[in-house]
Amino acid sequence: MHASLAQSLTDVGFEWPTWGETLRVLTLRAGYNTAVVVLGAALLGVASGVVGAFTTLRKRALMGDALSHASLPGVVGAFLLAAALGLNSHSVGLLLVGAAVSAILGVLVVQWITSATRLGEDVAIGAVLSVFFGAGVVLLSVAQAIPGLSQGGIRSYIYGQTAAMSVGDAKLMAAAAALAGLAAILLRKEFALVCFDAGFARAQGWSVSLVDLLLMALLVMVAVVGMQAVGLLLMVAMLIIPAASARFWTDRVGRMVWLSAVIGGLGGYLGASASALASRLPAGAVIVLICGALFVLSMFFAPVRGVIAELVRQSRLRLRIATDHALEALIVAEDSRAMAASPTIGAAMSWWLRRQGLASAEGARLVPSAAGLERGRRVRRNHVLWTRYLTEYADVAPNHVDWSADQIEHVLGAELTAELEALLRRDDAQRSGAS
Amino acid sequence: MSDSLYAFVSIDLPAMTAGVLAAVVCALLGSFLVLRRQSLAGDAISHSVLPGLVVGFLVSGTRDALPMFLGAGVAALVSVALIGAVRRFGRVEPGAAMGVVFSIMFALGVVLLEQAAARQVDLDADCVLHGQLETIFWFPPSVWGDFFSWSTLQQTPRQVVVLAATLGVCAAFVAVFFKELRLAAFDPGLADALGFRSGAIHAGLMALVAAATVASFEAVGSILVVAMLICPAATARLLTDRLGSQLLVSVLVAALTGVGGYLLGAFGPEPLGLPGAVNAAGMITVVAGLVLALACLAAPRHGVIARTVRRRRLGARVAREDALAALYRLEEQRLPATPAAIATLIGVAAESERSIRLAERAGQAEHDGAAYRLTPAGRAEAKQIIRSHRLWESYLVDEAGLRPDHVHGLATQLEHLAREQGRVAPDIDRAVDPHEREIPASD
Repeated sequence: MHASLAQSLTDVGFEWPTWGETLRVLTLRAGYNTAVVVLGAALLGVASGVVGAFTTLRKRALMGDALSHASLPGVVGAFLLAAALGLNSHSVGLLLVGAAVSAILGVLVVQWITSATRLGEDVAIGAVLSVFFGAGVVLLSVAQAIPGLSQGGIRSYIYGQTAAMSVGDAKLMAAAAALAGLAAILLRKEFALVCFDAGFARAQGWSVSLVDLLLMALLVMVAVVGMQAVGLLLMVAMLIIPAASARFWTDRVGRMVWLSAVIGGLGGYLGASASALASRLPAGAVIVLICGALFVLSMFFAPVRGVIAELVRQSRLRLRIATDHALEALIVAEDSRAMAASPTIGAAMSWWLRRQGLASAEGARLVPSAAGLERGRRVRRNHVLWTRYLTEYADVAPNHVDWSADQIEHVLGAELTAELEALLRRDDAQRSGAS
Repeated sequence: MSDSLYAFVSIDLPAMTAGVLAAVVCALLGSFLVLRRQSLAGDAISHSVLPGLVVGFLVSGTRDALPMFLGAGVAALVSVALIGAVRRFGRVEPGAAMGVVFSIMFALGVVLLEQAAARQVDLDADCVLHGQLETIFWFPPSVWGDFFSWSTLQQTPRQVVVLAATLGVCAAFVAVFFKELRLAAFDPGLADALGFRSGAIHAGLMALVAAATVASFEAVGSILVVAMLICPAATARLLTDRLGSQLLVSVLVAALTGVGGYLLGAFGPEPLGLPGAVNAAGMITVVAGLVLALACLAAPRHGVIARTVRRRRLGARVAREDALAALYRLEEQRLPATPAAIATLIGVAAESERSIRLAERAGQAEHDGAAYRLTPAGRAEAKQIIRSHRLWESYLVDEAGLRPDHVHGLATQLEHLAREQGRVAPDIDRAVDPHEREIPASD
C-alpha cells in the first residue's frame, strides 16, 4: 500500500528543466509567447498588489472574493446575450463589460446590505458571492443546454488560462497596473487616511464614500482584467496574499504598497516562469503557491511584525525582567546582611549575571558588582516610585499595588522615572508646606 | 404507479431530498456563524477541501467516497487550524487570514488535480463547485406496499444517507449544547467567565461546519453550501430576535428554499421554452438569495421598508409637534403667528412650511388671515408638548446641572423621544421652567 502510494505520487514523470532553459525563461528569451505570459502575469501581480494593499488595510480583503464571484453571471449573461443577438460571443471586450457590470452590482448590494440592514459585512459578502455565483452557474447550464454554442472563453473566467495569454491581454494587464499605480501615487494620502481612520477622514471633510468608491472601482478593474488570466479564485488570492505578506515587513503605508506590488509581481513572474518550464503546472495555481510561499516567509522572518522577530522581542523582554528581579533580590539581601541566607537564584540566572558582569561569585554567595548594584538600585527605586504613584494618583488599593508595580517598573524609561520623581517630590513639598 | 410519477420518484425525489437535507444542515449551523459574524467560514472551508479530496483520490486510486471524504475532512480541519494560527501568530485580520489560507489551499488542490488528470482520470473541479444533484438516482419499488421494507431502505442513495446522518449529529449537538452555544454566540467573554469554554464550543461548531461541508459538497457543491450557511440564517435574523425561533425559521426557510429551488430548476425552464433543466444547486442558491433579498426589504421590523416607514412617520410627527409648539409659544407671547414668525422658531423655513401643513391636515391648526392659529384640539396637544419640554428643561437644569441657556435643544429632542415611547415628562412638581415661563398643567 505504502509502496504503491509512494509510486503513485512520484510517478508523474516530472522532468527538471535545465539551467539554461530556466535562465532563458527568466530573462524572457524563451520565445515570444512565454515572454508575454511571464510579463503579463508579473504586471497583473503588481496591479493586484497595489490595489490589494489598500483594500486589505481597509479591512475589506474579502471584497475581492465577493466581486470576483459576482462577475460570473455578468460574463455568462453577456455571452448568452451576444449569442442571442448574433454578435461574436467570444469577444473579450463584451465579456469584460458584462463581468464589470455584475461585479459592480455585487459591490453595491454588499454595501446596501451592510448599511441598510442589521446584517454584518461577512453576511453581505458571503450572500452576494454565493448567490451571484449560483446565478452564474444556472446561466452556464442554460448555455450548455443550447446546442452548437461553444463556451471555452467562459470557463477560463473560473479556472483561468494563463498559458494562453495573448499580447492584447498582457497590454490590458499593463494598463491595469499603470492605472492602479497612478491612482496609488495620486491618491496616496486619501487612501491612507480612509484606511486608517475613516471617522477622522470624514471629520476632516473628505468624502469617505467617494474614496471608497474609487478604491472599489480600481478593485473591480483589476479583478475583471485578471480573472480571465488566472481564474476567479486565484484572482482572489492575488488581491489578498501579497498585501498580507507586505504587512509583516513594515508599519508604513507607502512602503507596504511598494512591497505588496513587488511581492505580487515576483509571484506572477516566478509562477508563470515555473509553469512555462514544467508541464502540468497550471500557471494560475503556481503563481498563488509562490505568493503563498512568500507569505509564509514573510510571516516568520519579517523583522517588523514577523513571528520570529516577535518571539525574540518577547524573550528579550522576559530575560530583562528576570535579570531585574534577580538583581533586586540580590540588593535586598545585601542591604539586610543580618539575614545571611542568599536569595534563591537559579543556576542559569546566576551564570547569566556573572557573564553579564552584573555579579560575581564569592564562595557560595553571589555578590553584585558595581554595575549590578547600580542597575538593581535603579530597579528598586522605580518599583518604589511606581508603587507610590499607583496608591496616590491612580487610586489603586495599597495591597493591590505590588503586583501591578512589578509589571510596569520594567517598562518605565529614564525620562518617565525622572518625571514621576519630580511629581512626587513636588507633592511632598506641598503637603509639608500645608501642614 | 404511472411512468411520470416513477420518473419523479427515482430522479427528482432523491435529488430534492439531498438538496433539502444539505440546506437544512447548513442552515442549522449557519445561524451560529451569522451571529458570531463568521459566516464566511463556510466559504473558506469549502474551498480548502479541494487538496484533501484530490489527495484522498490519489492515495486510494479510486473514486470511492470514503477516502475522498476523509481527505476532505482532514483538509477542512487543517484549514480551520491554519486560519486560527495565521490570525493569532501573524496578527492578520480575520478576513485576510481566511483569504490567504483558503486560496493557497485551493491553488494546491488545482496543482494536485492537474497531476491526477495526467493519469487520465476524470476528477472534475466542476463537480466540487457546482454539485451533482442530478446524478443521484434511486430505483424505488414499483408497488407502494414495498416502500417501507428493509430492502427499499438499503437502496437509499448514499448521499442522502450521509446527509441524513450529518443532520442527525448536528441537530443532536445543537440540542445538547443549546445553552452553551447561545451564550458563546452572544457573549463569549461572559461564557468563559461563567466557566463554559467558549473556545471549545466554537471548535466543536467549526468541526461540524467542516463535516457538513464535506458531507454536502458531493451532492450539492460548495456554492450551495456557502449560500445555505448564510442566506437562510440571515433571513431568519431579519425576521426574529430570539435564538430559538431563529433556528426554527432558518431551518424552515432552508427546507422551503430547497424544495422550491429544485422544482423551479427542474421544471421551470420548459414552459419558458428553454431546453432541459438548469443546474438545480445553482437554482436553489438563487432562490435562497431572492428570499433573503425579500426579507431585507420587507421584514416586518428589521426590513428596509419598515424602517423607512418608521423613520418617515417619526419625522412627520416631530415636524407637526414642532409647529404646534411654535404656535403655542407665539400665542403665549400674544404675537401674530405669521409663517415668518413660525419659521424663526422652528429654524428652517422649508421645514416649517411642511410642519404647518402637517398640523393643518391633522386639524390642529387653521388659517386666520395671513397668520395661523391653533384649533382647540391642537391647543390641547400643544399644551402637553410644551409641558413636556419645560419639565425636561427644569430636569436638565435642576438634576443634570446644565446651564439654563444650554438646555433648549436637548429638551426638544427628549420631548419628542419621550412622547414617542408614550412617556411624557419627568415627574417633577413645578409651576415655572428655568426661564420663568409657566409650565402648562397636565390634563
